[in-house]
Amino acid sequence: MLKSFRSLAFRNVGMLPALIVLAAAVQLATRVYTGEGRFLTAQNLSIVAQQAAINIVLGAGMTFVILTGGIDLSVGSMLAAAAVVSMLTSIDHGSLGIAAGLLTGLALGLGNGSLVAFLRLPPFIVTLGSLTAVRGLARLIGNDTTIANPDLAFDFLGNGSITLIPGLFAIPWLAALALAVIIVSWFVLRRTVLGTWIYAVGGNAAAARLSGVPVWVVLLFVYAVSGLLAGLGGVMSAARLYAANGQQLGQSYELDAIAAVILGGTSFVGGIGSIWGTLIGALIIAVLSNGLILVGVSDVWQMIVKGLVIVGAVALDRYRLRGGARG
Amino acid sequence: MRGISKTFAGTQVLRDVDLALHGGEIHALMGENGAGKSTLMKILSGALRADPGSEIRLLGRRVVIDGPRRARALGIAIVHQELALALNLSVTETLFLGRELSRAGLLDRRAMRSRCQALLERLGARFTTDATVAGLSIADRQLVEVARALLAESRILIMDEPTTALSTCETDRLFALLRDLRDAGLALIYISHRMAEVSLLADRVSVLRDGRRVGVLQGEAIDARSIVQLMVGRDIASFYKRTQTQRRQDSALLEARNIGDGRRVHGCSFSVHAGEVLGLAGMVGSGRTELARLVYGADARLSGEVLLCGQSLPGSDPKHSIRAGLAYLTEDRAGLGLYLEMSVSDNINIGVIGADARMGGLLDRRRARERSAAAIANLHIRAPSPAVPVQALSGGNQQKVLLSRWLQTRPRVLILDEPTRGVDIGAKAEIYHIIDELARAGVGLLVISSELPEIVGISDRVLVMREGAIAGELTGQAIMQQSIVALATSSAAPRIH
Repeated sequence: MLKSFRSLAFRNVGMLPALIVLAAAVQLATRVYTGEGRFLTAQNLSIVAQQAAINIVLGAGMTFVILTGGIDLSVGSMLAAAAVVSMLTSIDHGSLGIAAGLLTGLALGLGNGSLVAFLRLPPFIVTLGSLTAVRGLARLIGNDTTIANPDLAFDFLGNGSITLIPGLFAIPWLAALALAVIIVSWFVLRRTVLGTWIYAVGGNAAAARLSGVPVWVVLLFVYAVSGLLAGLGGVMSAARLYAANGQQLGQSYELDAIAAVILGGTSFVGGIGSIWGTLIGALIIAVLSNGLILVGVSDVWQMIVKGLVIVGAVALDRYRLRGGARG
Repeated sequence: MRGISKTFAGTQVLRDVDLALHGGEIHALMGENGAGKSTLMKILSGALRADPGSEIRLLGRRVVIDGPRRARALGIAIVHQELALALNLSVTETLFLGRELSRAGLLDRRAMRSRCQALLERLGARFTTDATVAGLSIADRQLVEVARALLAESRILIMDEPTTALSTCETDRLFALLRDLRDAGLALIYISHRMAEVSLLADRVSVLRDGRRVGVLQGEAIDARSIVQLMVGRDIASFYKRTQTQRRQDSALLEARNIGDGRRVHGCSFSVHAGEVLGLAGMVGSGRTELARLVYGADARLSGEVLLCGQSLPGSDPKHSIRAGLAYLTEDRAGLGLYLEMSVSDNINIGVIGADARMGGLLDRRRARERSAAAIANLHIRAPSPAVPVQALSGGNQQKVLLSRWLQTRPRVLILDEPTRGVDIGAKAEIYHIIDELARAGVGLLVISSELPEIVGISDRVLVMREGAIAGELTGQAIMQQSIVALATSSAAPRIH
């Protein structure tokens, strides 16, 4: 019993060592380049957490989808559309903007899901199409302008903190939301029947059907979740920026989300992976970006380094896994 | 091979095994799954390296086989049991994969196609060189794998359970081919669980048990009883063990009428009674699996209806069948049955987690643990722990996992499609015992099998299919291998296999 737990833990610890090493390296680099360790300060860590938050939320939704062997390329666009709807609603209806954003995401996600589950269209193609169409929708709803609301009723979500220990420790709302999403996602994936069905459909869709698993329910669910969480991301983004622009917001967010999921150890073909891996993957990306900024690396180089690190990290992880299997 | 040992993560899988292979012989390698046959062959074919202290000599010279390519270069080829073919390639492309012929830098398709054609004719294949692998049956894909190994003109050819998916005539042709290769000087290692084949084909038999070589039989000494005794360490009498159950005539649990899909199956009608084992025999391609799938609801029916305990099954979704009490164990357990990366426990429980669920969706993990513990104990599933991925188990144990999944759903009628394919002797006996127990408990069983001794041994009645229709029914004393083959082929002179 203990031996199996240890081997399972070893399988799941995945990229955590990489994250720790990266954090240590960044701290060291800032000390070398700027004279003091700027990374591991409460203020900076808070910034990192907030910057990672939206990607974590999108990554969680993406995890559900990739676990079934699918993909959702439209999360960035869905986030933008939801943010615009959220802002527009908030002007006259205040906090109802939150619900509006969430519902927008959910509806768009259900659209994706219906095409995949019922018409059996390949997810890559479906979400590629909605990536463009929904972007257009976002622009349309916002009249192709930036919708701003300086008196945003729910701006605390994007800028405030929850005080846990008065005077000492407060967690930013963005981070708290991201963490809550991870925990709920973990619960659904690991503790519910639906979660097991998700892994089954990703592992062997044909076998799932033969065993009586309602495959269409699973597919519809994961794309709806992805949409809903993109909607949440939109609300969080709107709350943070006090504004939303249908064209510019959320560009390439899906790539960061996918990178977080894959870095976290979830397999592209489905059936293998965990939500904690996605959390670590998103943190790796955020820490890396933050580190490069602190050290003073120019914007251009940041993109190159980020891309290479993602490829390198995944290659290392796969090599390690394959080496273990061969004995 | 001398003194071969292999240790995997603390478990010694092979202990000091010796194997001497001569040119111009067919050397059978037998043993239960887990005895170490696959490991030994993986070492020989380069997929694994033996522990230090092991020695392999080829033609008297010591060799080190450090990878599959080296093995191939030395002239060692292996045809695996679980086929690994890219489904989208043509037969010619598959044959020459990695060894393409080229002329002046361009692919020499004509040369490849003609060599491929020659090989296919030699094997008696019924498909063309341009056929796509995806469109071939498992039996035909096997032949492609064999052809691929032959193409490399190896000195040593290892065949791992090659006949599990081959029909009688295809098997005969393969045997004739193997004998030809042997007479030409090739050394063949033949791994199989089928006694009849080994007795017919092998010049020598090495038997492994628990990682050790326990015996080598030669020539006249090769007979089923001695082999089984060496393999299991005890004498297995009454292998199929059919207790005579009183078949309740009145209670037809499953009634299928006029089942057809317009393509592979036409107008089949049959019934399964409580406590009965109904065997379904026929040549490969006669439509047995297709019929089972139509009855179960995995494929859409064009005609016919299915009644389970009097209740009509809609036949559009397996879910309804499961709920009504009909379960189906697929013949392709890796492709269609098991979730290879999920744990043993998950694979066992997947059918019932919905029914077990608490509060509308939460997993009942305690129940799941209890179920898998009980299943592992009852079916003697050998697994390091219920949490390991099921792909780590041997074929026989994987099959038991799949079977226990279906047993969890408490079926009234159970369809078993090739339940002992790729399963070792010990596990086979256990599966027959389980079938017997289920029948005694009143479950109706439909067993599809290509192994004639098996069908004859366990069935109360036998239906024989031919070209998509039921050609005949045999009961009681009339159930014999010859009569089954006669019905399956409609030939006047039955071949005794």
